[in-house]
Amino acid sequence: MKYLSEYRDPALARTLVDRILRTSTKRWTLMEVCGGQTHTIVKQGIHEVLADAVEMIHGPGCPVCVTPLEQIDRALHLAARPDVIFTSFGDMLRVPGSECDLFQVKARGGNVRIVYSPLDAVELARRHPDREVVFFAVGFETTAPANAMAVWRARELGVDNFSVLVSHVTVPPAMVAILEDPGNRVQGFLAAGHVCTVMGWEEYDPLAERYAVPIVVTGFEPLDILEGIWMAVVQLEEGRHEVENQYVRSVRREGNRPAQELVSRVFHVVDRGWRGIGTIPASGLGLRPEFAAFDAERKFDLHHIRAEEPAECRAGDVLRGHIKPFECPAFGGACTPESPLGAPMVSTEGACAAYHNFGRFQAAAAGGA
Amino acid sequence: MATVIPVRPRTIQGVACPVPLPTHDRVQLGHGSGGKMSALLLKERFLPRFGNRYLDALGDGALVPVEGGEVVLSTDTFVVSPLEFPGGNIGHLAVHGTVNDLAMMGAAPRYLSAGFVLEEGLPFEVLDRILDAMAGAAAACGVEVVTGDTKVVDRGKADGLFVNTTGVGFLHDGFRPSPSRARPGDAVLVSGPLARHGMAVMAVREGLEFDADIESDTASLVPLVDALRVAVGDAVHVLRDATRGGLASAINEIAGASRVGVELSGALPVPSAVEAACEMLGLDPLYVANEGVLVAFVAPEAEDAALAALRSHAVGASAMRVGRVVEDHPGMVVLRTGLGGTRVVDMLPGDQLPRIC
Repeated sequence: MKYLSEYRDPALARTLVDRILRTSTKRWTLMEVCGGQTHTIVKQGIHEVLADAVEMIHGPGCPVCVTPLEQIDRALHLAARPDVIFTSFGDMLRVPGSECDLFQVKARGGNVRIVYSPLDAVELARRHPDREVVFFAVGFETTAPANAMAVWRARELGVDNFSVLVSHVTVPPAMVAILEDPGNRVQGFLAAGHVCTVMGWEEYDPLAERYAVPIVVTGFEPLDILEGIWMAVVQLEEGRHEVENQYVRSVRREGNRPAQELVSRVFHVVDRGWRGIGTIPASGLGLRPEFAAFDAERKFDLHHIRAEEPAECRAGDVLRGHIKPFECPAFGGACTPESPLGAPMVSTEGACAAYHNFGRFQAAAAGGA
Repeated sequence: MATVIPVRPRTIQGVACPVPLPTHDRVQLGHGSGGKMSALLLKERFLPRFGNRYLDALGDGALVPVEGGEVVLSTDTFVVSPLEFPGGNIGHLAVHGTVNDLAMMGAAPRYLSAGFVLEEGLPFEVLDRILDAMAGAAAACGVEVVTGDTKVVDRGKADGLFVNTTGVGFLHDGFRPSPSRARPGDAVLVSGPLARHGMAVMAVREGLEFDADIESDTASLVPLVDALRVAVGDAVHVLRDATRGGLASAINEIAGASRVGVELSGALPVPSAVEAACEMLGLDPLYVANEGVLVAFVAPEAEDAALAALRSHAVGASAMRVGRVVEDHPGMVVLRTGLGGTRVVDMLPGDQLPRIC
């Protein structure tokens, strides 16, 4: 298919694999930031074929994984209210809160609906003026413009039964938190292509400079990922640390200015909790005071809902690359894809779930059971 | 066809007379009463379409002749929203679904029962289209609807119409495909392009509509099974229709039942419009439902003849081998990627969910 098959060509991909294997003189440790990139890496087995040249650490760029337990619990609380239609992107529905997930709330009578666009949630609010429609506004800079647009539209149209439960996070502060960590092992980053489509890459220049790490803005198809890895490996081998752009067909240096403008009109920078990692200063977006009427936390007085993450789950250490998923004591025992403790076990592409499956395969292949 | 709207008789005071109207354009609770309206529903809508000597006897059950040997029974209940979608409707599914289940057991489907739960308010024109589809599909599959039932529930208590069909089929001598008969070395064949049904329905589902040139693949697989049986007989070890949960779930079930590993490799047959829709929604076609695709595990020496047999019929024209049974990793399905990497293709814990990123 046009714009897809060109970037999935197996012969070209193998050429890039060979090139990476030939170029690296030692095993480098790279982190792909975005969950979409993790998806491709796991699905295509890229980490496996490159194992001699690079270790890929799956970064914290999956909104499903990093949305804090507290916000999930608030979502569950709202979804259970009889006056609320709770709308969300699909994969948030299975993320476990302290006691259950949105699917279970739905089964108990909660009105929970999957939407593809937050604007659909605004439309739903227009069609149901007697109900409160809440949209779970999660994600990185990629989803922020559309979510900002929904709030903007709701205000423009005077849809006052619409609100958003915001849990927006931003990438650069998370990268700083990883780099500042005394146990950091990451030597180079694949930056998230879609985040940079919105934001550009200017804000990554100081990071590459200060922490002496190569950062390659990278796309999501197999050839994108492989080329991004190759560019990062070449920089590491040559002792360079620059920001480079692999995803040229989508990303410009300055990003998408109108989208950035809309985001900054609706949101401002706030401290934000990351599941498994804790609060990172200035790492999230919250609604500006002039949009407070659309803030579900304020509208439904949710601030009293607090949650402690389960102590035995070490998702934070996994997301920072400190431990491999199988080094977590809960892995495969208290925490499985069917009954996840932490978010990386939820989605099949989550780092823990991916290792859980692949580990079973290796054990079966080795032991014949 | 013009619709005749009955005019309520009026009294001098202009108050409507409470006598039930003789004709209607939609299902009412009275159609489930067991009284005259029920009888009329049966006589006007069901018997003309499905009538045969067994059904027309209108007994409490159907008395049917059976051939010697063993029979296979299979039942399935059909719920789909919306009821009608590009390429078919719930009526096609209700016949093909049960007929295909019988065929996957190696049986020749012969009789069907059909039980309907109708929602008050369902327009007759919709019901008629669904019944037409069922009647047409049954005739094409060579099965007769020999007994049935209708119930009507209050508006809001069913999604338009639910239907259950139970089928009876006769087994052929020396042909016993079974999920537990996969053996290392078997070729894993699929009969046609994947993921069309699930994506066709999703494209018209309320709240998620998108424009896509995708039609459901709902079809009888009986001719394909007949062709396989005639061509390679008992070298067909396993047959499974890759419905709910898609190809990945079907193959996982077989790997589990036979305690063998399955290795998928090469490109999978996914039409480009389906692939595009899956990409857009963040769905994996391996897990999307089919309603007219079978998976066959056949002995390696029978692979070429089996593929030729499948391709001899329109539904199987693009049949291909997608993998092979291996001795390693019993119970697990893995995909060799174009890069030479390994991906474990597991069962999903629940429905496939669209991804954010």
